[in-house]
Amino acid sequence: MTSLDMIHRSEAAVSVELQTPDMTLNIGPQHPSTHGVLRLVAKVDGERIQDVEPVIGYMHRGYEKLSEVRTYAQITALVNRIDWVSGFANEVPFIIGLEKLMGVEAPERAQWIRVILSELARISSHLVFMASYPLELGGTTPLMFALREREYILELIEEVTGGRFHPNFNRVGGVKPAYGGGSTTKKQSMDLPQGFFQRTSDAMDRMDTILDQLSELATGNEIIKMRTVDVGVIPGDKALEYGLTGPNLRASGVGYDLRKADPYLTYDQVEFDVPVGRDGDCYDRYMMRFLEIRESSKIVRQAIDKIPSGPLQAKVPRVLKAPAGQVYSRAENPKGEFGYFIVSEGGKMPYRLKIRSTSFSNLTILPWVLQGQLIPDLVAIMGSLDFVLGDVDR
Amino acid sequence: MEFFDGFWIQLVLKVAVGLLVILTGALVVIYAEVKIGGHMQTRIGPYYAGGRWGWAQPLADAAKFLQKEDLAPDGADRKVYGFAPYVVMMSALAVFAVIPMGPDLVGADLDVGVYFVLAISSISVLGVLMAGWSSGNKYSLIGGLRAAAQLIAYELPLVLAVVAVVIQASTMSLNGIVEAQNETLFTIGSFDVALPYIFRGQIVSFAIFMIAAVAELSRIPFDMPIAESELTMGYLTEYSGIRFTMFFLGEYASMIGLSAIAATMFLGGYSVPGLEGVSANLGGPIVLLLKVSVLVFVILWIRWTWPRLREDQLQHLAWRWLIPLALVNIAVIAVFKVAF
Amino acid sequence: MAEPRDYNDPSDYSKDVSFPFLGLAKGMWVTLKALFTKPPVTMYPQEKEIPVPRARGVIALDVDNCTVCMLCARECPDWCIYIEGHKEEQPPSKPGGKPRARATLDRFDIDYSLCMYCGICVEVCPFDALYWSPEYEYSEEGVSDLLHNKEKLTEWLATVPQPPAVES
Repeated sequence: MTSLDMIHRSEAAVSVELQTPDMTLNIGPQHPSTHGVLRLVAKVDGERIQDVEPVIGYMHRGYEKLSEVRTYAQITALVNRIDWVSGFANEVPFIIGLEKLMGVEAPERAQWIRVILSELARISSHLVFMASYPLELGGTTPLMFALREREYILELIEEVTGGRFHPNFNRVGGVKPAYGGGSTTKKQSMDLPQGFFQRTSDAMDRMDTILDQLSELATGNEIIKMRTVDVGVIPGDKALEYGLTGPNLRASGVGYDLRKADPYLTYDQVEFDVPVGRDGDCYDRYMMRFLEIRESSKIVRQAIDKIPSGPLQAKVPRVLKAPAGQVYSRAENPKGEFGYFIVSEGGKMPYRLKIRSTSFSNLTILPWVLQGQLIPDLVAIMGSLDFVLGDVDR
Repeated sequence: MEFFDGFWIQLVLKVAVGLLVILTGALVVIYAEVKIGGHMQTRIGPYYAGGRWGWAQPLADAAKFLQKEDLAPDGADRKVYGFAPYVVMMSALAVFAVIPMGPDLVGADLDVGVYFVLAISSISVLGVLMAGWSSGNKYSLIGGLRAAAQLIAYELPLVLAVVAVVIQASTMSLNGIVEAQNETLFTIGSFDVALPYIFRGQIVSFAIFMIAAVAELSRIPFDMPIAESELTMGYLTEYSGIRFTMFFLGEYASMIGLSAIAATMFLGGYSVPGLEGVSANLGGPIVLLLKVSVLVFVILWIRWTWPRLREDQLQHLAWRWLIPLALVNIAVIAVFKVAF
Repeated sequence: MAEPRDYNDPSDYSKDVSFPFLGLAKGMWVTLKALFTKPPVTMYPQEKEIPVPRARGVIALDVDNCTVCMLCARECPDWCIYIEGHKEEQPPSKPGGKPRARATLDRFDIDYSLCMYCGICVEVCPFDALYWSPEYEYSEEGVSDLLHNKEKLTEWLATVPQPPAVES
């Protein structure tokens, strides 16, 4: 061949080699920052992400199918494990729904105990966020500080219910009234143990101290601000369109909180503010959870003052049978709006239990918000949405 | 003592003692990092290995790494993969040849000591790139490329900060720089006062040098190449066993090396006012050790407190802030040197 | 809808990153202070934390109270309780009366590798035969050793604490 052909051929070879095709990076199910087994199939160009496809289902445990063959008491024990970071908050909407279906009303003291434990669960979940989010951005110290404080909250929950993460304390008509069903254990009450109010108020004081420490260590830190301000901006209307709820929605400027908009339990009898953010960037989402810890500690302090004495559970038949019907009940979980749709045909087991989990809906915004972001920003955004895979996959 | 005057004996002694001191120092710094880090996080670091303080933890870790299987991933380029750790280790260790520990205690008193140090320490960039590319793993590749961009970007502020010191000292030899800091500025009564360069107008250079040094070491806040929470160790992901130990020890040896350079150039090195003659040779290493410990403590303290900067923010910091600042600093120092 | 906060409120948070970078310095001060405080660490095998009385550690069985009604085995969400029993003839309570049949327990196993620690079995037992105990140090080297039989469950009965006094 002539030298001209050789030149053309070598030029063609060079230009083919210099193309930089998109690389498919599998931010795989095993990854330090995906909060569980989430797989993101990302097409990246250098460090910039062109396209992301989340693949979920690695942790599907079949809650909805399991519930078709479990009685209501057994389901209450199982649903604690959906969002394992905030254990108590998963049972609350389920029990509220069942009470609506059966027409049972829980006594005042039980409602207040539920509020106290729900807010403690909220503080616990937000402390896990405060621990893991700076860790994903590289700061290793807030992890230890926040988890150390969380131990105090978990001990409080354990004192009352017996379990740290999975309290299994709600019953239809109230909370668990006694240790057992026999003649002796029926008289041993599961009420708040002595000294609980003092220890709770001490723990809330510790919350104030840890929030001050974390605000100097993490929130005020300029590097965290540089990593999270104006990153992953989700405008308010997009957030509503994708079904975000909870602190993610409030960070985008939409002031919607179920505890104020549609009060359940005794939330209309306590005073608290709902923090609302501005731009919907990662820093706003972080600050929402930070400020909510303060508001929750306010609610707990008011609750331990206002709680009346009384029975812990209303009279319900020993074998629980729900009348035929359907109900959708929802509550403001730490991660967002958590709902159960119960279809009952009479009988001890539901016909269908559909779980509207918060993190599943929060996750749907990922392909939109991760367009054109850098890989470190991907980690920052995923962390700020604060989802748990148990909640996504159920 | 004539036996010890022979060239080869001296060479062997210097190399052996030097390596022993450096590797022991690296192990001590590793222990300090985990213990101090533990207490800063209100927990106890190592506790069981070696009695109550856990001082044998780095030794136990080293023993564990040495007995691991020699693995290489399937798609890895074996020759490059095997050679990369040694490049990094070599460039970390070679720096110690010119650091003066006393007026006569120096491996080789080169006239271009500073130039030698900067040149040798930039070879580690090659080692890192080799490691990232040859691992056959996309995450390692991303880590390696980030490292290349970062290390090259921060070489410039490092060099420019050092140029300012060289201008003030009028010599590139490290011994000469320490001597220049020993010059009497003024006398109070019968006491001759000499100040290290950090108090003689080099505070900006010191700051730039320390920031660039932390970036060269790929430590938090500049540890994008490693970025544990994103890339699970970045370019080091596929390394285990002895090769990982080489990288690890190389990083800590570099930390000691760069801190020693900073102590020599800015804090006065082995000299302390009042120490002359033979006692300078005996006390010099201890003085240098104290100064290096302070700097190493600051590096560890920063690592456990701050999060990491994103890659483009790192580059922004280097190209748009540190380099212009360093150039202005050189101009100011040069003007002062000529005028006064 | 909650009212959005007034953004000019001075207690509201700020997002600016300005030169003195005081936030970084404050963070370093927090870590330095923490370096000199005594860590709140419980050195586990030598010092142990005492769990609260209601902690759900292990289930204890009182064999004399059990009437083999099988309610606990039925209600367990995992079906991890295995019960076998038989009826024994007992002499009549009064001479000349009918011989009574009494159910006796042959086998009562709880498989702790399946147990969810939910407590439904303890709650539904109508005869006070099951109790919670906060004992937690029973890990074994083989999974099959986690099947506690009647004798082992009766041993746990000694560790069941008194219920704590309730808030008045």
